[in-house]
Amino acid sequence: MKTNLKRIISFAINDFNRNKGISIATIFVLTITIMLVTGLFFFHGITNYLTTQIQNKIDITAYFVDGTQEQDILNVKDEISKMSPNIKNIEYVSKDQALASFNSKHKDDVVLNEALQQVGNNPFLPSLNITTNGEPTQYAQIANILQTSDFSKLIDNVDYSQKKDTIQKVYAITSNVNIFGIILGILLVIVAILVVFNTIKLAIDNSKEEINTMRVVGASNQFIRDPFVIQGIIYGVISFLICFLLSGILSFFLSSKINAILPGFNMFGYFLTNWWIFVLIQLGFGIGVGVISAIIVVKKYLEV
Amino acid sequence: MIKFNNVTKIYSQDTTVLQNISLEIKEGEFVSIVGKSGVGKTTLVRLILGLEIPTSGEVYFKGVNINNTDSEKIQEIRRKIGCVYQDYKLLSKKTVYENVAYIMQVEGKENDEIEKEVFKVLEVIGLKDKINNFPDQLSGGEQQRLSIARALVNNPEIIIADEPTGNLDPYNTYEVISLLQKINKTGKTVILSTHDREIINKLGKRVITLEEGKILRDETEGRFII
Repeated sequence: MKTNLKRIISFAINDFNRNKGISIATIFVLTITIMLVTGLFFFHGITNYLTTQIQNKIDITAYFVDGTQEQDILNVKDEISKMSPNIKNIEYVSKDQALASFNSKHKDDVVLNEALQQVGNNPFLPSLNITTNGEPTQYAQIANILQTSDFSKLIDNVDYSQKKDTIQKVYAITSNVNIFGIILGILLVIVAILVVFNTIKLAIDNSKEEINTMRVVGASNQFIRDPFVIQGIIYGVISFLICFLLSGILSFFLSSKINAILPGFNMFGYFLTNWWIFVLIQLGFGIGVGVISAIIVVKKYLEV
Repeated sequence: MIKFNNVTKIYSQDTTVLQNISLEIKEGEFVSIVGKSGVGKTTLVRLILGLEIPTSGEVYFKGVNINNTDSEKIQEIRRKIGCVYQDYKLLSKKTVYENVAYIMQVEGKENDEIEKEVFKVLEVIGLKDKINNFPDQLSGGEQQRLSIARALVNNPEIIIADEPTGNLDPYNTYEVISLLQKINKTGKTVILSTHDREIINKLGKRVITLEEGKILRDETEGRFII
């Protein structure tokens, strides 16, 4: 058993070395396809970042009746947090903070500043800004809780109805982007698998006559097949090492450029945080497709 | 040792290669199967090796119905048969040594034993000084000798030579046939498929003549007459 395994590994290494041209071509194709799959994972990271950024900008605001005590509003904040587990963040904005924020945003707008001076006092209402974890229906639920619960008498209005269409549109767009990403990803992975399969098929086709001779002399199917499977593993491991290194280097050098387009998205940081997923995807794809292709192609010749 | 019982092989509706072939080859015999090209000689050899399944009838190797057994048993039978082909069927990416050693590695033999036997057989066959050469670095005659070395190394019970001299010049043809005769004298069964009249007439051994997929003659000391 041990002797046979050593022999099979030695056959695989010898064949790999003696067919350098084919081995290099196969590794080249496998590396390109793994990079394509890796690119998809980076694309997933970017779209995820973008959708999160967009969704984070969505909130609903509950405006409280003028004169409501701060403690009462904070009590409402606690109550809502307990009643709805989907809430990601609730921020209390006092009358003064709302005015300060308005002044800061519109300090250069003369007309608005004059209008505010003519009003004379602070016209802003204290409020709670609420963001949820995901679905637009969660905003509807929270708006409903705010308007129907015991503390609804403290609430002047909830701006959900004005924002409803925008919230639904944003979620529909982000959801479509995700679906498009998944479909594109599946299509590209299928193409990548077919390309690798055909490359390995061509490499093994070269040994078709040899496989036939091995059968004639009484070699078992396993003894014939396993060196090709081991070669599939070698192709996969070498391609993985090249791809992993390339991914690290490319993400490091492209990070600043991507950051200029997508402020806040650190491509190299994304690579470092998810390095083990990159290993799993690249090594899994490389070895998986390499080995499965070898098994399928050799099986075909063993059946002839 | 080998028995064909009413064997017919049809590849397609129009191509009947063998028709109701019945024959028996005993241990230690030297049997030549002769006939024109396309008469079914190679199909007969492939049936013995279990590389083809008869359309009807049975092929037996030492009492085992080859067509009614599992793949492991067929592989075991193939290991007991040494094959020599017109196109040599060598492993082109393996060296002379590796080509011969492969047969013993298939059987799971230890490296020491393999080394000893491979060197022994390569010495007999005259290729000991070319152990690191690849098949495409050998002449036709040397390739055929290598293929005979490979057929012999595992000490098979039977040697099947399918047109072994088809690509060889008269000198190498004589060498290969002499070698097969020597092998036969050690008690091994030899089946020689050929369409070379001169070889058969010189051998003076059993000759089975095929014509249009049927046995035309089966003579114990036959000559090639078609």
